[in-house]
This record gives sequence, structure tokens and C-alpha cells, in this order.
Amino acid sequence: MKVVVCIKQVPDTKGGVKFKPDGTLDRGAMLAIMNPDDKAGLEAALRLKDQYGAEVTVLTMGLPKADAVLREAFAMGADKAILVTDRVLGGADTWATSSTIAGALRNLEYDLIITGRQAIDGDTAQVGPQISEHLHLPVISYAEEIKVDENAKTVEVKRQFEDRYHIVKAKMPCLITALSELNEPRYMTPGGIFDAFEKEVTVWGRADLKDVDDSNLGLKGSPTQIAKASDKVKKGQGEKVVPDSAEEAVEYIVGKLTEKHVI
Amino acid sequence: MSLEEYKGVFIFAQQVDNELSSIALELLGKAKDLAKDLDEKKVTAVLLGSGVGNLVDKLAEYGADRVIVVDDPALKDYRTEPYTHALASVIDEYKPEILLVGATAIGRDLGPRVSSRVHTGLTADCTSLDIGDFPLEPSPVRETKHKQLLMTRPAFGGNTIATIACPDFRPQMATVRPGVMQKIDPIKGAKAEVVEFNPGFEENNCYTEILKIVKEASSVADIQAAKILVSGGRGVGSPENFKILEDLAEALNGTVSCSRAVVDSGWKPKDLQVGQTGKTVRPQLYFAIGISGAIQHVAGMEESDIIIAINKDENAPIFDVADYGVVGDLNKIVPALTKKIKEALAAKG
Repeated sequence: MKVVVCIKQVPDTKGGVKFKPDGTLDRGAMLAIMNPDDKAGLEAALRLKDQYGAEVTVLTMGLPKADAVLREAFAMGADKAILVTDRVLGGADTWATSSTIAGALRNLEYDLIITGRQAIDGDTAQVGPQISEHLHLPVISYAEEIKVDENAKTVEVKRQFEDRYHIVKAKMPCLITALSELNEPRYMTPGGIFDAFEKEVTVWGRADLKDVDDSNLGLKGSPTQIAKASDKVKKGQGEKVVPDSAEEAVEYIVGKLTEKHVI
Repeated sequence: MSLEEYKGVFIFAQQVDNELSSIALELLGKAKDLAKDLDEKKVTAVLLGSGVGNLVDKLAEYGADRVIVVDDPALKDYRTEPYTHALASVIDEYKPEILLVGATAIGRDLGPRVSSRVHTGLTADCTSLDIGDFPLEPSPVRETKHKQLLMTRPAFGGNTIATIACPDFRPQMATVRPGVMQKIDPIKGAKAEVVEFNPGFEENNCYTEILKIVKEASSVADIQAAKILVSGGRGVGSPENFKILEDLAEALNGTVSCSRAVVDSGWKPKDLQVGQTGKTVRPQLYFAIGISGAIQHVAGMEESDIIIAINKDENAPIFDVADYGVVGDLNKIVPALTKKIKEALAAKG
């Protein structure tokens, strides 16, 4: 069985957030980590490796320095790693990103593609389902549990909704988006870390993407465009009241809730 | 793509178990508002499901001028592929200028799949939508387009805000965070034009099978997903006394969370803990009740949209981050507040 996990190097949102003059993110200026939902996806794939001997390939799109998250994936136990990087791919929205990743995935054999539900920088949760559409694969989002039937070539996934879950069965190949609640990702092993820097990361550029038009890539291929981006303004000091009675306190709070359309 | 062919604001009228989700009505409210600034004033709801015709009138009462109904057994419970096929087919046939979808566990799966199929942009989790020029200011290098949908959303875990447009593709699609947009007051007896449409459903490799549906009360891990959190600290006094917070949370359809002191005392499980060693939350409304507001707690909740603090110590640091601080006895205020909120909501219907 072959599993491809799409991972993303993301700025740690706890640090400062910086922009380029054109309003797009200046990722180069921020600290970088493996996106948490993606790490849960990788862990799920590594468990399939432990259980069924699945071959696990990690794939990322990003700047050359995204090599770091691929090394981390190697150290956790991934078998192969691919970095898709090219200047022309920069500034991509979710449409162009998913077109790019689909273009890379068309070169690979897979039974299962796992992505994180969403990345902590954009929080869109769009790229996974969009990749699945480009590749005409079934998608199961928000996976909390994954069971594979190798013989029948099917997966059973616990798919989370707000007030319920579905147990959904899909034919493989299919794409699953993982929630970080899926599991507790393993640590890198010392031997793994050592080997991670010996192993080879395959690097692909624009020319290596299959069946994808230039008009669907990068900033130019992005249907959405940023009109304005800014840091959120810190809140000013709020109000504080010392009411004479509980009734007065309640009036005050209910007034604010009404004003803010909460009730 | 000829952009002029695309007209009107459409919303995806999400229903689950043949009950309209609140987001459907919220989107209608916003759609009405947006349509005022557009040439086409008609608002269309797209209703997908099986045996859902009875929901049409409610959509009309909340502002739909037209309801396009795709009613088919394939749409009984949400599955990505048949829903995508239905919604994408509606777009192809009726060509909306704008399509709004709720940023729910359904909408955040359906939206991206549909946007990919029809090749247009999608902006996720919007908290504000307006009609205006793109670019916002006239630019020497690019033509200004008028009456564009300007979609505003938080990114980077709420550290930044971006306004996004989709000037060259249609429909302009956005998923919208539940609880942000306002429903209109329902117009009793309002009727909408009803259009029955069925694109035909044929199983393919993308169809999934639902083996089981399990309904559950929201799990304790959900404090990060909660829109409203009623959070208690040591000042609540005892595990039993959390009952008054639970009642308040229930009245507001919110969730109870707590501070570290409460977890350390064994009153509540760790899953409910907000703060640096617990979870970071950004609800629309955060009640800090009997919480002093240590920096470690504040780090986990300061990004909440509205913070209301109730504490008897007027020097408690929580008042420095609260939008609305009330100095007083939580044991008296909280039950009275719950009662008043219930009355207000009941009066509203």
C-alpha cells in the first residue's frame, strides 16, 4: 500500500506575523514548524506503515527551506520525500496551491492521500478537498479514525460533524483530511534524526508538474486576490462597572449582549 | 467566462435531518443586505436534500425570494460527491454572481470541492462581507472593478485580518462563520418562487457510503470550536457550583470551560482548560466568571471577540482584558443573568 501525506511548513503563529509590500505573507521572516494537523496525518500514515508495511511519501510545496519539515518527517519514519518549489508557484491561493499539488501527485502511485484538515496560518481547510476534486478522488474530511481494508481496497473513516459523526466507507484511492485529534504524533528517534540528513529529498519544479496549465499556478493562477491585509489592532481598555445590585449587573450585561446581537 | 451572465446572491441552505441549520437563515440575512448594493436584488436559496420541500416557506420568511430545490434520495444525508454535483449543477444552470456557504463541517467540505469543480475562488471563514471596488483604491496599473464582493476574514490564528476579492471569476464564493451574520425578523406568510431542479445522480468512484450515523452531545474537546464559552475559575467555589455556569451556557447555547486552578483542584477535566497549558480559544463571546486573570490564562483567551468578566475583586487583572467588566458576586449575578437571557430569547421566539 502506498500513502502520500501532504504536509506544510507553517509560520508558528505564536511569533510575529510579517507581510511583503504586496500584501502577501513574508514567510521567510517567520519561525517555521510542521503544521499540526499535517503531523497528525503523517502519524496516521506511519501507523499504516507499522500495521501493513505501507510506503509513506511526504510531499510539500514551499520555499527551499521547507526541506526542514521533510527531514523531520524522515526522522519520524517517512520513506520518501518530495519538495515542490519554484518561483512561479509563489503567491498561490488555495485554488492554485491545490492545482500545483495535484500536478505533483499525478506523478505518483498512491492508495491513500492524507492532508491535514487545515494549516494554522491560513485556517482555510480548502486545499485537501480541492486536491481531491482535481484528481477526481473521493474525499473524507475531518477524519478522527481511519481503518483500511487492504484486500477490499476500501477505507472506513470516522468523519466528525458538529453534533454527530458518520462512519464513512470509500473506495481507494481516496483523500482524507486529518484532524489533530486523530492521534498523538510520535517523536523523532535519534537514529531517525541521524538518517534524516543522509536521505535524499526529491526536488520538483514547475516542469515536473503533470497536466496542469500555467494559468492555474502561482499568483497569476489564483482566482482570489488580496485587497487588504493588516495586523489585528489590539483591543483598547474595556469598561468596568461596579453595580449596586445583581439586578443592575444583569441589566448591564443583557444590554451589552443585545447590542452585540448575541441575544 | 462572461462575468455579466452571473447575477444575484445565492446561499446554500444547509439542512440536517430535514431541519434548516441556523447558518442558512443567517446567510439569507446577509444576502439581502448585499443585494441592496447590486443590480439584481433577488436572493436565492439553494436547498439540497431528500423530502425537504417543507422547508421552503421558512426560507421565504427569512428573506429568500426564490428557492431552488434539488430533492433526491442521493442527498438524504450529507455526502461530498452528490452534494457537490447538485450545487455545481445549480451554479452552471442558474449562474449566481455570489454564493455564500456556511463555514460548518459540511460547508467547509462542500465549498472547496464545488469551487474547484466550477473553477472559481473561495474565501474561507469570512466574518464580514461587503460590496465595493477592487482594488479598494484606484490603481494606475489595474482597472477598478465596481460592485465586487469584498470578503474579510481572520488569518494566522486571528493575528491578522485580510480582505479578499475574486474579480475575474464567478460566482464569488465565501464560506461564512456561523453566528456572525444577522437573521432578519421573519416575515410571516412570506412566499418564495420555488424552482425544482434535478441534475440526475449517477454513482461514480467518488461516492461514499455512510455505514453509521452517531449523534452525540458535543465532546469536551470542543471548547475551541465553541462560539460562546462560559468559563469559571477558583472563584466559583466548588465543583457543584459550576451548575450555575452550566445553566448560563445552556441558555446561550454555549459551552463551559475553566481555568487551570479548577483543573488542579480536580473540579473539571483538563480538556476544558483555557490558557497557556490548556487550550487557546477564540470564541465570539467569553465569560470569565470568578477568574482572576493570570497572564497564563489570558494568553489562551485574549483573542475572544467579546470578553465579559464577573469578579468580586475589582483589582483582578481579568478586568484589564475584559471588554465589559462587572464587579460583584457571581453567585447572585449568574443565576439572575441566566433567567433574564432565557426570558429575552423566549420573547424573541
